[in-house]
Amino acid sequence: MLVYLIRRLVNVAVLLLVVSAITFGIFFMVPKLTGSDPALLYVGKIADKAAVEGIRHKMGLDKSIAEQYFLFLKGLFVGRDYSQGTDVTHCSAPCFGYSFKTEQEVWPLLLDRLPVTLSLASGASVIWLVVGTGTGIVSALRRRSVLDRATMVTALAGVSLPIYFTGLLALSIFVNTLGWLPNNYVNFTDDPVEWARNLILPWITLAFLYAATYARLTRATLLEVLGEDYIRTARAKGLKENKVIGKHALRSTMTPILTVFGLDIGALIGGAVLTEKTFDLRGLGYEAVQAISQSDLPVILGVTLFAAFFVIMANLVVDLLYAVVDPRVRLG
Amino acid sequence: MSKLTKTSAAADMEPTEERPTDAPSEFLSVRDLKVHFPTDDGVVKSVDGLSFTLEKGKTLGIVGESGSGKSVTSLSILGLHRVGSNRSRNARISGEVWLDGEELISADAARVRDLRGQKMAMIFQDPLTAMHPFFSVGQQIIEAYRVHHPSASKKEARKRTIEMLDRVGIPQPDRRVDDYPHQFSGGMRQRAMIAMALVNDPSLLIADEPTTALDVTVQAQILDLIRDLQKEFGSAVIIITHDLGVVAELADDILVMYGGRCIERGPSETIFEQPQHPYTWGLLGSMPRLDRERTDRLNPVKGSPPSLINLPSGCAFHPRCPYTDLTEGASQTVVPELREVGSRHLAACHLGKADRERIWTEEIAPKL
Ligand SMILES: Nc1ncnc2c1ncn2[C@@H]1O[C@H](COP(=O)(O)OP(=O)(O)OP(=O)(O)O)[C@@H](O)[C@H]1O
Ligand code: SF4
Ligand SMILES: [Mg+2]
Repeated sequence: MLVYLIRRLVNVAVLLLVVSAITFGIFFMVPKLTGSDPALLYVGKIADKAAVEGIRHKMGLDKSIAEQYFLFLKGLFVGRDYSQGTDVTHCSAPCFGYSFKTEQEVWPLLLDRLPVTLSLASGASVIWLVVGTGTGIVSALRRRSVLDRATMVTALAGVSLPIYFTGLLALSIFVNTLGWLPNNYVNFTDDPVEWARNLILPWITLAFLYAATYARLTRATLLEVLGEDYIRTARAKGLKENKVIGKHALRSTMTPILTVFGLDIGALIGGAVLTEKTFDLRGLGYEAVQAISQSDLPVILGVTLFAAFFVIMANLVVDLLYAVVDPRVRLG
Repeated sequence: MSKLTKTSAAADMEPTEERPTDAPSEFLSVRDLKVHFPTDDGVVKSVDGLSFTLEKGKTLGIVGESGSGKSVTSLSILGLHRVGSNRSRNARISGEVWLDGEELISADAARVRDLRGQKMAMIFQDPLTAMHPFFSVGQQIIEAYRVHHPSASKKEARKRTIEMLDRVGIPQPDRRVDDYPHQFSGGMRQRAMIAMALVNDPSLLIADEPTTALDVTVQAQILDLIRDLQKEFGSAVIIITHDLGVVAELADDILVMYGGRCIERGPSETIFEQPQHPYTWGLLGSMPRLDRERTDRLNPVKGSPPSLINLPSGCAFHPRCPYTDLTEGASQTVVPELREVGSRHLAACHLGKADRERIWTEEIAPKL
């Protein structure tokens, strides 16, 4: 198990390095292709030539791509200094550089956006896990019942209705028309109750989409598992049906759900773009959209790497859990 | 069941449970068992009027080709068609299964569940898929023990499990008990399955093709093990197989199934020495023999198994039977009854006694 863990951690490190190289490559190539000058973006249109050259040098934009990538990595791990003559700006690790637009450091910006996205993702994922797998299980056990059919029709609707539709609908009903719920993000640490009240709509909207997928996945998996020989063995032992399902069947049903959940939660922390946009939540996804529309490359690079980090970590956690659940993975 | 208050009337009775008046005296008695599955294409008559009996300490071999209803028979004895499983939930089951004076088809589901794994246990064909991949072999056997011994501590159950693993011939059972099924070889897995089935000392053991998924060399070992254990535990054993060779040495009685029905039944020696049904002849002809090359190889049974939705008219075997000409059309039109053809020997065929004996002694036996 320890060897497995170490191997996986090495994998993660390599993967992150590869992702950073690719993103950085794109970051470097985009201005070339669009004919825009990053240095110019920093100083603004009205700047004179000398100022632009100064910035170019200060930001290291006059160096080769390899050098720039190395400096970027160095900035991530130990921080870096941007100097222009005697004017030295220190950017401490992890340094993602400065926004073109606001000239603010990217890293604090990311840290500032993260709690919003985490709040959204965590609440929604709890809801969809409970509701989605719950209805999936009931549907599978009561196959072809009215409940099963109703659930599956709802699930189909959930899968096919876009977030901005359900989201805007929910907003207009519950916030604008009925006025039952507010829609201004409040930090959890400031007021947990208000935090939840403000997030409940985005949670449910997002969870509806995912719960639908999970219900279908759970139902299909459980039905398949129930046909397995070892379920028949469990029954042949004289186990009660609730034990057969609860212990033997659900244990196997969990694994594919776990895999999908890892991917989903990772991707979601990377940015629930549509939901954040719809509900005006200033999270990572919102920031990404903003940055893209303004060609704010350092921010795009930061958000992308940050997102990649979460996706990879979520996968790592899933794989580790998988190894705990399935001895065949653990023991090779 | 012990009675706390003894009235004089009760004292006259047997000390054991009261037996219903129509209870058979045999340990296991299956009467006119029918298991039908309604499907979109029609009703699948997987078992259609099967009857047999079995005593404690005896072994019955049920033989038949794939799809003849062997597994459905064994699952319905254990009442497994009545629980959960989506595909078979709507099975229509009728007839009687008497186990030690208790009728199971009409019994309460909870009662049958209580007997399952305790008084009657089952070994399945493929030990790899029949064990849960996520639980250790020990955990699975311990669970089987504790369902029926709720007061036993985990430690006792584990001790009992290790004893059973040792008994079925697993080396270093105290270490292997914590292994997972995938860490066992096929033969060892089947041994572990046997240990699981026997952990509660059942008086009826059903082994459904216990060796089909195994190597030839391991097959013999497993069959030997089952035989030894039966001697030791004195239980009634049903061995299900499509290969007569498997039960040749093991079974006291043999029942041949075709299309969900019994077509011949009798003591093992009789079935091998004087079989009376053309289908049984075919099965004997397809038995692999190790002792000599068969020069004039008999054609095993030609053709494919019958549809269980629309069984052929008359004798269900008639489309594949080479002797229909000798029955003056009865084969195609009249369902042959299972009739006594010798001592404790039944067969369902329209052929006259003289014809059967002539064909067997002159055409079949010399080529075997
Ligand atoms: N739940 C079910 N619903 C519909 N048909 C079924 C069901 N279970 C079994 N059958 C059918 O009943 C028939 C007999 O099946 P069974 O498993 O008893 O055959 P078998 O004699 O054990 O064959 P094999 O040697 O392949 O194991 C098959 O045609 C099978 O398709
Ligand atoms: S009844 Fe006819 S078809 Fe059936 S086995 Fe006998 S001879 Fe063959
Ligand atoms: Mg079978």
